[in-house]
Amino acid sequence: MDITPLQQISKDEWRLPATGKMRAPVIFYADRALLDGMDEKVRTQASNVATLPGIVKASYVMPDGHWGYGFPIGGVAGFDASEGGVVSAGGVGFDISCGVRCLRTGLRADDVEPVKERLVEALFRHVPAGLGSTGQVHLDDAEMTEMLLGGARWAIDRGYGSREDLERIEERGSMRGAEPAHVSPKARSRQQDEMGTLGSGNHYLEVQRVAEVFAPDVASALSLAVDDVVVSIHCGSRGLGHQIGTEYLREMAIAAAKHGIDLPDRELACAPLRSEVGRRYLGAMRAGINCALANRQIITHLTREVFSDVLPKAELPLLYDVSHNTCKEEEHVVDGVPRRLFIHRKGATRAFGPGHPELPVQLRDIGQPVLIGGSMGTESWVLVGTAEGMALSFGSACHGAGRRMSRHRAKKQWRGSKLIKNLAHRGILVRSVSMRGVAEEAPGAYKDVRAVVASADRAGIARKVARLEPMVCIKG
Amino acid sequence: MPDWEHFPHEADIGVRGRGESPDIAFEQAALGLTAVVTDPGRVRNDEQVAIRCEAPNLEILLVDWLNALIYEMNTRSMLFGRFRVAIDGLRLSAEAEGERIDRLRHEPVVEPKGATFTELRVGRDDDGQWVAQCVVDV
Repeated sequence: MDITPLQQISKDEWRLPATGKMRAPVIFYADRALLDGMDEKVRTQASNVATLPGIVKASYVMPDGHWGYGFPIGGVAGFDASEGGVVSAGGVGFDISCGVRCLRTGLRADDVEPVKERLVEALFRHVPAGLGSTGQVHLDDAEMTEMLLGGARWAIDRGYGSREDLERIEERGSMRGAEPAHVSPKARSRQQDEMGTLGSGNHYLEVQRVAEVFAPDVASALSLAVDDVVVSIHCGSRGLGHQIGTEYLREMAIAAAKHGIDLPDRELACAPLRSEVGRRYLGAMRAGINCALANRQIITHLTREVFSDVLPKAELPLLYDVSHNTCKEEEHVVDGVPRRLFIHRKGATRAFGPGHPELPVQLRDIGQPVLIGGSMGTESWVLVGTAEGMALSFGSACHGAGRRMSRHRAKKQWRGSKLIKNLAHRGILVRSVSMRGVAEEAPGAYKDVRAVVASADRAGIARKVARLEPMVCIKG
Repeated sequence: MPDWEHFPHEADIGVRGRGESPDIAFEQAALGLTAVVTDPGRVRNDEQVAIRCEAPNLEILLVDWLNALIYEMNTRSMLFGRFRVAIDGLRLSAEAEGERIDRLRHEPVVEPKGATFTELRVGRDDDGQWVAQCVVDV
């Protein structure tokens, strides 16, 4: 990306002043190398977001920013409804509330190494993944409505987990304001066979070991130590979320002119928060969030079942569950004044700092865990939100490494079977339905997550706690 | 000569169909969509599904067409290998032929989530061929 128009504020903060139709500046949190690696579209899209009505403070780009739909992936923007602020289906994405959940196991790497093969086969058999897979849970219309209202809480009431899990999920596992009536029959029918499925693409379930600890005080509070084993699950709202995204993107793109919104780009489909379609979308999107939370809860239960069979001494308490693609109504202090804002995080993670009332009591002193998924076979990270992050980015941080190479090129460059062999040589066992899918997810197709996380830490938007390395991975 | 191809997008996949009419370009784009998941040549054409859609312009019609296919693929657990599209003004009616997903034979790569407005274009190239393209979120 051409950085000439950017003003450098610090090593990891850059500012693009508002020009033309932009109502606010763009703030990039990234170092020079990461910025150089971003495509031009990131700047264009972030600038386009800055033109939208009711935007407050700035259009933000996280260190893993890349080309998205209307919003850059790694894009954050807050809007004030009372100032004509908008909600954008593109600013949330198709995979509503895609996110990462991390479970502790109480096991050490030495406990898992001897049974790794058995573990990966059992997980691969028990957790449905990939196109054409179906879940064990099939919902009729009434149950679907309950699920869309209750989220993880609904799943727990049906025996998929325990009440303790809820404290460690954003929104305590159940997004308020969900309106199942605004979720279409088509979206519901797409979900009927997909509850408790992992999906495909960059979704995965990984068993990981803590390789390094950076903030011993915080790691200790999270009960994480080097060589501890954890499980990370990365997936979202499945067909229901995708269909909600599809339908509302179309409706908003067509309706924008009617609302007097001059869309710089059709894909930045949005509507005033107080418009009829805006309200409907918020209700549907919140239902989509609940679907993702319920989905990850069911997969957690399936994972616990596998562990109780293969490693019976393990207990899998939930460390935390974060979501990446959401629009949430939150209170933020702007110029000393508390304001209710609608914060879009598109491929970006909420990262509330210490003391935030939304955090459960056990985590309130240390801040919200921020779970950063690496690409297959590389590494993942645990960070926490910071106090200064609340003002820097509405309490938001990056979500992953971000791709640096198209799927098209990746599958030409790598062979899935060879990648799996190479990873196995390094002790990482991968099982996938599709070899071509593995090639598209090759580690080399992604940016360096370590550089992304280092930049986030230096920028002050999140703080490094622990680095995780994969032992076993299943993907669709 | 009608054809389809994929074009690069960082996170997802662009599909592009070309043909002497928009109808054929749409059929080819649909083949491109199937190819995101599996080789269209592996798909047997056992069952037929009828699809109808209507849109305010040809570009949104393309998005609607691909999203209708994604919906049918998802809810019927099917893949489609052959298409007959007829566009009348801004109305599309089509027959999609395919079979239920066989995970061993088809080895599905990814699951299309939705057709997007990114790189969306339906129009005539300089050589007179119609092009229908957009990025599909996977």
